[in-house]
Order: sequence, then C-alpha cells, then structure tokens
Amino acid sequence: MIRPHRTHALWYAFVLHRLSGIALALFLPLHFYMLSLALTDPAQLDEFLAFTDLLIVKCAEFALVFLLAVHMFGGLRLMALEFLPWSSRQKTFAASTVALAFVISTGFFLQAT
Amino acid sequence: MLNLHLYMAQRLTAMIMAPLTIGHLAVMIYAVQGGLNVAEILARTQGSLAWFIFYGSFVLAVSIHAAIGMRAIMFEWLGIKGAVLSVISWGLCLFLLALGGHAVWAVTFAGASA
Repeated sequence: MIRPHRTHALWYAFVLHRLSGIALALFLPLHFYMLSLALTDPAQLDEFLAFTDLLIVKCAEFALVFLLAVHMFGGLRLMALEFLPWSSRQKTFAASTVALAFVISTGFFLQAT
Repeated sequence: MLNLHLYMAQRLTAMIMAPLTIGHLAVMIYAVQGGLNVAEILARTQGSLAWFIFYGSFVLAVSIHAAIGMRAIMFEWLGIKGAVLSVISWGLCLFLLALGGHAVWAVTFAGASA
C-alpha cells in the first residue's frame, strides 16, 4: 500500500532531489576522469568528444544538465524553506524548479544539436 | 548521522556552488555550440588563474557536498552507520577531491607548464 505522504507533490520533490544527487555523484568521477585525459591522453579525449556528437549521447547530456539544474534549484528551495520565513507556496516553488531546469536543459540541447 | 558541523558544511557548500553551477551551466550552453574538442577547451582554460579558482573551488565544494549527501543516503536507505559510514564518506570526499583536482589541473596549468 502506498503511504499517504508518498502521494504528496513535495515527496516527489524530495525524491527527485535525492535521486538527482545520487546520479550526479555517480557521474562526477567519470566527468573528472574524462577531463584529466586532456593532460594524459588528449587524442582519446578528442575521440570521446566526437562520440558526444551522437544524438543519443546528446539526449543523455540533456538528462545530465536537467539533473544538475533541478538539483541546484531544488537545493535553493530547500535552503529557502530552512532559512527564510515560511511560505505556503512550496508546491509552486517545487514545480518552478522542474520548469526552470527543463528550460535550461532544453536550451543546452538546442545549442548542442 | 549528520551532526551540526556536517549539516552546516552541506548548506555552506550548497550556497557556494549555486552561483558556480549557474556559471557552469552558462559555459556549457555557450561552449557546446558547434561541438567540443580538446584544443577549444584548453584555449579557454589553459593558464587561466580565474578558471583555476572557479573550478578549483567548485571541485572542493562538490567533493564535500556529495560526500555528506551520500552519507545521509547510505545511512537512511542502506542502514550503514558508525565507523564504516565515516570511512566511506571520507573516502568518497577524498576520491572526488583527488580526481577533480587532477582534472582542474589538467585543463588549467598542467599543459601551460609543460
């Protein structure tokens, strides 16, 4: 049975923040390793960057940019919740974080394609 | 699981990273136009103290932030606690710091001094 709090919009916001954080933490070592190739093996990095021209990879990059943006905006919402006077518009703020992240990641995708 | 110091470090690194993330997103959207290659990346970053400070502070903040975040998740969702939790958290922080520091050095000053 689904517990009542797990049908609330802000529970989804919590899960999105947590899952995006996990995904970004898992991606970071790969990201750092690839950039390090600029020093250790520039030719291999160029090969990898050419690989990112594939549409499927651009879609994955779109997802990563979305996760980064939604984690940042979601984090700002959480800090505002904790440190600023209470506002009852939390669901609106949570929806806005997703919308802003979607705008930014779509902007990235359009520039990349 | 999270004491006051870790809680504040998590929030402080988040506050540091918010403007850095916006800057990183802007750079990505700008730089991805027309595709990416090593020469183009290095032309922008190599020998630049500003990019070294920007991405160096980003790496430092994200290493701390990610380790504390994963610490909370490992405790709450996986039930890991005590010394094991601390060892994994510190290990993740140092792992990200080492890899990220090497990456920042690679695209800023490593090639410039070669």
